[in-house]
Amino acid sequence: MRKVLLATFLGSAAALAVGSASANDELNKMAQNPKDWVMPAGDYANTRYSKLNQINAQNVGKLQVAWTFSTGVLRGHEGGPLIIGNMMYVHTPFPNKVYAIDLSNENKIVWKYEPKQDPNVIPVMCCDTVNRGVSYGDGKIFLHQADTTLVALDAKTGQVAWTAKNGDPGKGETGTSAPLVVKDKVLIGISGGEFGVQAHMSAYDIKTGKLAWRGYSEGPDDQILVDAEKTTALGKPVGKDSSLKTWQGDQWKIGGGATWGWISYDPELNLVYYGSGNPSTWNPKQRPGDNKWSMTIWARNPDTGQAKWVYQMTPHDEWDYDGVNEMILSDQQINGQPRKLLTHFDRNGLGYTLDRATGELLVAEKYDPKVNWTSGVDMDKNSPTYGRPKVLDAASTDKAGEDHNVKGICPAALGTKDEQPAAYSPDTQLFYVPTNHVCMDYEPFKVSYTAGQPYVGATLSMYPPQGETHMGNFIAWDGKTGKIVWSNKEQFSVWSGALATAGNVVFYGTLEGYLKAVDAKTGKELYKFKTPSGIIGNVTTYENGGKQYVAVLSGVGGWAGIGLAAGLTDPTAGLGAVGGYAALSNYTALGGTLTVFSLPN
Amino acid sequence: MPSEENLLRKICSAIAAMFLIASGGIAVADGSGDPTAVKQNETGEWSDKEGNPTYKITDGSVDWYTYSGYRRYHSDCHVCHGPDGMGSTYAPALKDSLKTMSYADFLGVVASGRKNISTAAENVMPAFGDNPNVACYMDDLYVYLRARSNEAWGRTRPGKHDDKNDAYTKNEDSCMGKK
Repeated sequence: MRKVLLATFLGSAAALAVGSASANDELNKMAQNPKDWVMPAGDYANTRYSKLNQINAQNVGKLQVAWTFSTGVLRGHEGGPLIIGNMMYVHTPFPNKVYAIDLSNENKIVWKYEPKQDPNVIPVMCCDTVNRGVSYGDGKIFLHQADTTLVALDAKTGQVAWTAKNGDPGKGETGTSAPLVVKDKVLIGISGGEFGVQAHMSAYDIKTGKLAWRGYSEGPDDQILVDAEKTTALGKPVGKDSSLKTWQGDQWKIGGGATWGWISYDPELNLVYYGSGNPSTWNPKQRPGDNKWSMTIWARNPDTGQAKWVYQMTPHDEWDYDGVNEMILSDQQINGQPRKLLTHFDRNGLGYTLDRATGELLVAEKYDPKVNWTSGVDMDKNSPTYGRPKVLDAASTDKAGEDHNVKGICPAALGTKDEQPAAYSPDTQLFYVPTNHVCMDYEPFKVSYTAGQPYVGATLSMYPPQGETHMGNFIAWDGKTGKIVWSNKEQFSVWSGALATAGNVVFYGTLEGYLKAVDAKTGKELYKFKTPSGIIGNVTTYENGGKQYVAVLSGVGGWAGIGLAAGLTDPTAGLGAVGGYAALSNYTALGGTLTVFSLPN
Repeated sequence: MPSEENLLRKICSAIAAMFLIASGGIAVADGSGDPTAVKQNETGEWSDKEGNPTYKITDGSVDWYTYSGYRRYHSDCHVCHGPDGMGSTYAPALKDSLKTMSYADFLGVVASGRKNISTAAENVMPAFGDNPNVACYMDDLYVYLRARSNEAWGRTRPGKHDDKNDAYTKNEDSCMGKK
């Protein structure tokens, strides 16, 4: 008996060790090596910060192009490559090619993967056919294809190890986001908020591709993996049917809450973090209630999917302020106390800082002074509306009602920031945030739902804030206080992921195609180079052969390619004013290229 | 649920119109010929001398169809075709497409979709025939885009416009399947 018990104990201990050791420890260790860039944001905390400092504020002005690589695809290129040892993995938008490039051998293509996908998925993708990149773990490269096939490729050969189907494009479900490997699982979200999907975060077994758990954004407790007593919102248990109670009838079944943003992970707390998007139709009148848990920051246990805490930022969305943007994890002091923080720049124009262990809300402030739909979030813990934003009547499309055009709402539906990820530097304790500076008119009207068809229900037009002509800012943000430290104007939205480095330099790309380097402390521009196309990709850095490189994908498109390609609507033109905003097409054209920079020898 | 009968009627008339227009071919920058409005039906829709739907803009005030088309366009079409029919990085500017595309072809493409796949680009337009949010407003969209194409209306939201009348509302409700 004793022997049996002991054997069982040993067996389960071994199983535990295998479970947590494999990919997780390997990845954690690899992420510590600044020469590599092993996951989409560089590390689990989503900081997009590199310890490399060969390129620094003093010498970055001498930067030059080291090599370039054409992806052979024209559509919008989001995300960025992974670098593991001498290998670089470059992905493309649809048809979702992956190239494995040997950095030690003349950047030769070692293997190439190109799936055969039904092109009918193309028009089901909301805004261009973007893909935000691949992930690595257990000797495999993971890609979420447009048609929602999650594929595991042997990192050495490109051979398909397994595939899993994560959704149904026939219902409007598509794949655009980058997976994240956590322990023995591959986590992946899904797109299709404007098609009325019931979105979810799903975890697949890293060895077999078998679905381990799936947590929906809305629905019954057993579908959203929420425990009425143990899962909390702002410190209190969410209670039974926390989502169902906030929808009329069965509307949650087409409730959206897409999950295509970036995922982060805290190995110590054993929690993964991500955001859910808009509650499908843009006509708020058609879906009364808070529409939980759309527009929500989620903290889930990566082993079971169980939610530890949730926080809904924009209850009953009236503007398409998707909550999908990344969660950046940092350890900083607030009021002299060391805190484990989560900072999130929401589409709704508020920069949130929460305690990532408990979900306690610490800071919620506007990161663009033009944000005008809310007077701010109620921070009084004793208030019945604690944690809720106060919606101003003048900006409420729900109050105005169907067939009424509400003018001058800031930000526009694309948010003060969209998917383009911010960076965090522990050196300066600042966040570097690429932002949009765009407002809108918004008129909701009745729509009917058809599976696999857009389910929008609002007319919008977008333009820069009144009296201004620039449509973007690149800002430095103090997440502890919720204040802008410096802000650089950009003619167009900044739609590129930022990179912060120990060299006191921050990099980002612009829609005209510039790769820019600025001083981390002051924002002073130190270098710029115009790449072949507009940049909506994320800047990456790595070291190879003793040299630091900075790499970025250019290839204009995405949401940015819709409005900005033609120039936004000029709201004053109807009044006879001269003007109109310079169109992006005067600056750049399509084409996917990776441009890699280094200092001269 | 949308009334299938109504959708079917729309599509049938689209196909019938295709045959009618085939003999057209006038050398102006409008795929359907002279856009001058000559006749108005009971729903408030204007047509040109060929019988194609068209816009009627007087002193900055637009007909109901142009206004309705503006709204519908900026819900379901602009996410690919860009604001004001100006095109995007991956879908053509419809304001230019209508310079060579006839009314019948327009209806056909919106209802059935279109694929343009080559080694350089993969452009796919979905079929909206089953989507009442689009299918019930084909003429509205066409009229608005025709106004854009002929530069009869600029890059702004129409302000003054004719009101929606009862006949239009009745048709709309029936097409959208409302009681």
